[in-house]
Amino acid sequence: MSSVPATAAVPLWMVAELTYRCPLHCPFCSNPVDFAKIKSELSTAEWCRIFAEARALGAVQLGLTGGEPLSRPDLEELVAEAHRLGFYTNLITSGVGLNEPRMRALKDAGLDHVQLSFQDSTRELNDFLSSTRTFALKRRVATLIKDHGFPMVMNCVIHRLNIDHVDRIIDLALEIGAEYLELANTQFYGWADLNRSQLLPTREQLERSEAVVAGYRQRIGNRLRILYVISDLYETRPKRCMNGWGTTFMVIAPDGLVMPCHAARMLPGINLPSARAASLREIWLDSPAFNRFRGDQWMPEPCRSCPEKAKDLGGCRCQAFLLTGDVGATDPVCDKSPLHARVLEIVNGPRPLRPEIERPLVFRTPENSEQLLASMTES
Amino acid sequence: MDNPGPLSRASYPRIARLYRFQWEAAQNAYVLLFPEGMVQLNVAAGEILRRCDGKRSAADIITELRAAFQSDAIDGDVEAFLRSATQDGWVEWRDTVTP
Repeated sequence: MSSVPATAAVPLWMVAELTYRCPLHCPFCSNPVDFAKIKSELSTAEWCRIFAEARALGAVQLGLTGGEPLSRPDLEELVAEAHRLGFYTNLITSGVGLNEPRMRALKDAGLDHVQLSFQDSTRELNDFLSSTRTFALKRRVATLIKDHGFPMVMNCVIHRLNIDHVDRIIDLALEIGAEYLELANTQFYGWADLNRSQLLPTREQLERSEAVVAGYRQRIGNRLRILYVISDLYETRPKRCMNGWGTTFMVIAPDGLVMPCHAARMLPGINLPSARAASLREIWLDSPAFNRFRGDQWMPEPCRSCPEKAKDLGGCRCQAFLLTGDVGATDPVCDKSPLHARVLEIVNGPRPLRPEIERPLVFRTPENSEQLLASMTES
Repeated sequence: MDNPGPLSRASYPRIARLYRFQWEAAQNAYVLLFPEGMVQLNVAAGEILRRCDGKRSAADIITELRAAFQSDAIDGDVEAFLRSATQDGWVEWRDTVTP
């Protein structure tokens, strides 16, 4: 067995995708589009073993997500075990299924924080995007979360259809008493990539929304901390991939696949290890998948000789693959990339006034996933 | 809630509700944990925050730290740290002991 050198990176953050089942059908979901083929979820005992192995490696933040983690009837048991091991436990939820008894049981189990998603500040758009009637329910769940004394993060994924509501989304976060608001511009992987032409905001929208956020920050100070995560398609330098591939994050898929980021499952030629077949320690330290993009030996030009390579580490591997077809390419968001024109083509291309009407959104449903799977196997 | 504000030596600082404070062996450090984030603390910050339990007054903490660091010249540093930790929202204050 390898030993961890004093300087080795520690997977401080572990994301446990407990299930791909979800009552919501958001068209910007980062789950893989072929999730319908994954039938075998990890058992309670398997998750508990994985938590213990991750904790021994030094993981301390645990995100419990999915899909909808409340779809797992053993969620309370998993939280209790994670809490016992010393994790800070974050429940990342749509709120569907979070009633008073479960809220109390989660509190008793030692849950530390709840992140509640909204899809918009209006009932109409919230319910349209999730294809559910959940806006009123989410408001009730927010009250429940506060009544039980949890710190609350409100999360809203931002895109072309709701970015002009950013002011009202911030008002909603203030109204429900959230301590943090995460305005996460859609990252175009998974379902979001399928719907990119309908969801990518225009440059004008993005600039307006940034001004709105800056104005609120000045006015409201520390009462609500707003994290505004910009999609980097409009930038000229890429972002680090998950703070660096295999440096900080480890994502466990519902079937036990261990991934350096949420979207890595679609990358070709990366043989993702399974937590069912190996220990997390072996996977983190020795697996070819986790070592593939560590350091700078893998980098092509122009990254390899770039003075900024230590800053962005070549950018996002999934974005590089989706936009160039080559998982080892320089992230084309970088204007030094020979393929940067592909990004410009996307952001400067023709932008219909109502893109979601010209081309209907593909919602994240098991039926759509089955259909996409069938078309993938045909081609 | 009574929160008399920082740095009355007679009042009692404690870790704020939003934060969890714990020792992390893998990092060989005390850390502050909060929703989706973490601050790794240096030795001095860890020794101060470890004592912010709502049962020790600021004066008690300073007395203990003088002994621990064998120095009478730490008061200013401890107060400066508590002031910034309060501004960051890590620490809240009470007039009375937290039961």
